[in-house]
Amino acid sequence: MISDAVVELSRWQFAVTSLYHFLFVPLTIGLSVLLAIMESTYVLTGREIYKDMTLFWGKLFGINFALGVTTGLTMEFQFGMNWSYFSHYVGDVFGAPLAIEGLMAFFMESTFVGLFFFGWDKLTKGQHLTITWLVALGSNLSALWILVANGWMQNPVGAEFNYETMRMEVTSFAALIFNPAAQVKFVHTVAAGYTTASAFVLGISAYYMLKGRDAAFSQRSYTIAAGFGLASVLAVIVLGDESGYTDGEVQKAKLAAIEAEWHTEEAPAAFTVIGLPDQEAMKTHYAVKIPWVLGLIGTRSIDTPVIGLTEILANNRVHIHNGIKAYGLLQQLREGNREETVIAEFESLKKDLGYGLLLKRYTENVVDATDEQIELAIKNSIPQVAPLFWTFRVMVVSGFIMLIVFVIAVVASSIRKSRNDWILKLSLYTMPLPWIACETGWFVAEFGRQPWSIAEVLPTFLSASSLSEWDIILSLSGYVFFYTIFLVIEMFLMLKYIKLGPSSLHRRRYHFEMDQRG
Amino acid sequence: MIFDYETLRIIWWAFLGVLIIGFAILGGYDLGVGVLLPFLGKNDEERRVIINSIGSTWEGNQVWFVMAGGALFAAWPTVYAVSFSSFYFALLLALFAMFLRPLGFDYRSKLAVPAWRENWDRALFVGAFVPALVLGIAFGNLLKGIPFHFEDNMRIVYFGSFMGLLNPFALLAGLISLSMFIMHGAVYLQIKTIGNINERAKKCVIIFTIATLVLFGLAGVWIITLDGYHISSEIFPNAASNPIAKFVKREPGLWLDNYGHLPGLWAVPASAFIGGGLTLLLSRFDKPGSAFIFSCITIASIILTAACSMFPFLIPSSISFNSSLTVWDSSSSIKTLNVMFWVTVIFLPLIMVYTSWVFRVFRGKVTVEHIRKNNHTLY
Repeated sequence: MISDAVVELSRWQFAVTSLYHFLFVPLTIGLSVLLAIMESTYVLTGREIYKDMTLFWGKLFGINFALGVTTGLTMEFQFGMNWSYFSHYVGDVFGAPLAIEGLMAFFMESTFVGLFFFGWDKLTKGQHLTITWLVALGSNLSALWILVANGWMQNPVGAEFNYETMRMEVTSFAALIFNPAAQVKFVHTVAAGYTTASAFVLGISAYYMLKGRDAAFSQRSYTIAAGFGLASVLAVIVLGDESGYTDGEVQKAKLAAIEAEWHTEEAPAAFTVIGLPDQEAMKTHYAVKIPWVLGLIGTRSIDTPVIGLTEILANNRVHIHNGIKAYGLLQQLREGNREETVIAEFESLKKDLGYGLLLKRYTENVVDATDEQIELAIKNSIPQVAPLFWTFRVMVVSGFIMLIVFVIAVVASSIRKSRNDWILKLSLYTMPLPWIACETGWFVAEFGRQPWSIAEVLPTFLSASSLSEWDIILSLSGYVFFYTIFLVIEMFLMLKYIKLGPSSLHRRRYHFEMDQRG
Repeated sequence: MIFDYETLRIIWWAFLGVLIIGFAILGGYDLGVGVLLPFLGKNDEERRVIINSIGSTWEGNQVWFVMAGGALFAAWPTVYAVSFSSFYFALLLALFAMFLRPLGFDYRSKLAVPAWRENWDRALFVGAFVPALVLGIAFGNLLKGIPFHFEDNMRIVYFGSFMGLLNPFALLAGLISLSMFIMHGAVYLQIKTIGNINERAKKCVIIFTIATLVLFGLAGVWIITLDGYHISSEIFPNAASNPIAKFVKREPGLWLDNYGHLPGLWAVPASAFIGGGLTLLLSRFDKPGSAFIFSCITIASIILTAACSMFPFLIPSSISFNSSLTVWDSSSSIKTLNVMFWVTVIFLPLIMVYTSWVFRVFRGKVTVEHIRKNNHTLY
């Protein structure tokens, strides 16, 4: 039997490596677009300073990009290495968008990124600009296909279980691609990337302005970042709300857990701003609520109720009992029984097969599960509320602070007089916020799906490879060891180049080069 | 147009081959160049010449590797699951080594401190040497069969160990891949450089082409007595993918079975030797461009030789023969294979077109003068 420890360690490893990977991804996605905008300005106006901006922010882009590529490789290996049952069970569906990502996006991004760095004097202005846009397009399309894959984990449409092959298989590619969960996630995520890159450029430009260095360079960078950032953060917030709406439709347990909605309330439900969720007692202590808001976000109506966790648990009880039956029928089918009645009954119950598999954690033979085991499976069929409740609020608060910062930054960059040190300091010190929001956002998305790796289809517990505890302790230690060293090196180089600023381009017209001459 | 399942399976077997060979040819010379870096570059400037000979294109080349993994996941999910989880520590080792490549290329010349650069040079060597060796070892183990079987509900259980992967035949396969990548990288450096590095590369071409052919010949002799696998029950090439519904036997020499049935296949290993011979000759007479074409042919032929031996097997199981994964029983559904076929047919040629264009833009020699002139922008 699979051990709890192996599954827990595999989950930790996935969490560590994917959250680490996502420290670099949003900056790549956003900065590639910002570089394309800067270079377009250069080509349109012919002013060298915009080329310098593309080159300098491009250098920082490169330092970040290297680690994004490095850690992305882990992600692709990891499904097969640590989640081999997952790979077998859903590879027919989940593998396709990942492969399309490679063919359509990753090839393009990686092939042209060399030209972006080294093609300046080998290409015409127009050609180089096209390349920069293609790198940006590549990294954005990359996000699209990865999120189609992830969206399917949240809302597995267009696929069906096949008892002959013992796995999920595609029934409709259109449903997979136009999965509402995926579409919303894509826009929310790339807009978060744009926001991250804008906050990065904004903060660093503010630092130069505070130091009184390279005014023309930093003011222009600041202005572009402020405008682009404001548009992006608005998109993130609007699409985040859209996410809440799709969650309400397809991932009721996640939404209810985020909101600590223990019981279905009369519509329109109130939104719990803050409180202390208590999973055992199924209530939130010291809850501060705003009436109506949750109902409006979750259902876009005032008369549809948002379903609460108690009712979800009650539904899951039914699903689990059906799942046990489905599992029993599956065993007969796997043993070669092809009686029509068995097939027909299995087909009618198979959508609950995943719920039957939940019991695999407590008993080998599912069909002989005791009442106690069934109760345990029901109790653990919803995610832990408190971690979701808090991370979600951290994400949202970060988002709204960023909105305020960008609004102020846009005002400051359009009205020269209003530019004060405190605004610049605000821009600088709020720089970590987009990363905090991105990381907590992914935590909400993935932790909120538990106990499933594929919602209502495949439990996380079953998905892991049959490795030993020590195998994973060793690999996880290896990842932590290398990733820590890499982060130290990356931050060291990044800070060094940030401090040098555009002087690192050796164009003989920036701050530190003046010092040398003077 | 919709193909039948059998045809699609064969097409996807071929696509996987194309991607693996694509990586061996494009990523292969990058790995070879990485291994040669400390030996052919005697000072910082020479090493920068070597690094920059691949610096602007290696990133795209490596995607062939990622893509082979992605195609495996999409078209052969069970093969992906079994191979990646069974080769756990071997892949981890290759992965950790490959971490060093993007960082080595991008970070190395961003500081002018000698110790910093020397350490990144070591990292670039390790990042090339380890995967070049380990990937060959993995392929050697595929020919041997790996100790896995399916439990209840198709759970994959692996009974081997990391040390078990380091058996003599697999190590020989590792040395073949290492030496063919070095051969290929040396030919590439002969094209891209002048003077000292060019001379040194030329010597390496001789050593490593001969080594590759000798080792490959040795593996060919070994294969006669090595246990091979054969499906002994009826084959249903259009059936649903269920890898535990057949009977498989294992006997010495069965890997030569396909060559017995189709003698024309002997042309494949033969072309490895002919290609290698021509690589040697053309490199000797300073025609590295043509030599490169033949080292590509050599590499492709070596990989195809193994593929033709194994067909239709993808991963034989050495402890539960009947659980072996074959072309007929471990693919994705017909629908996925079909859709992915069209995606590949559209995008793969497009990739080849723009990749060729990028190579054209970066054609020409990399010299010490070029490095000096672009001191602050090059790797």
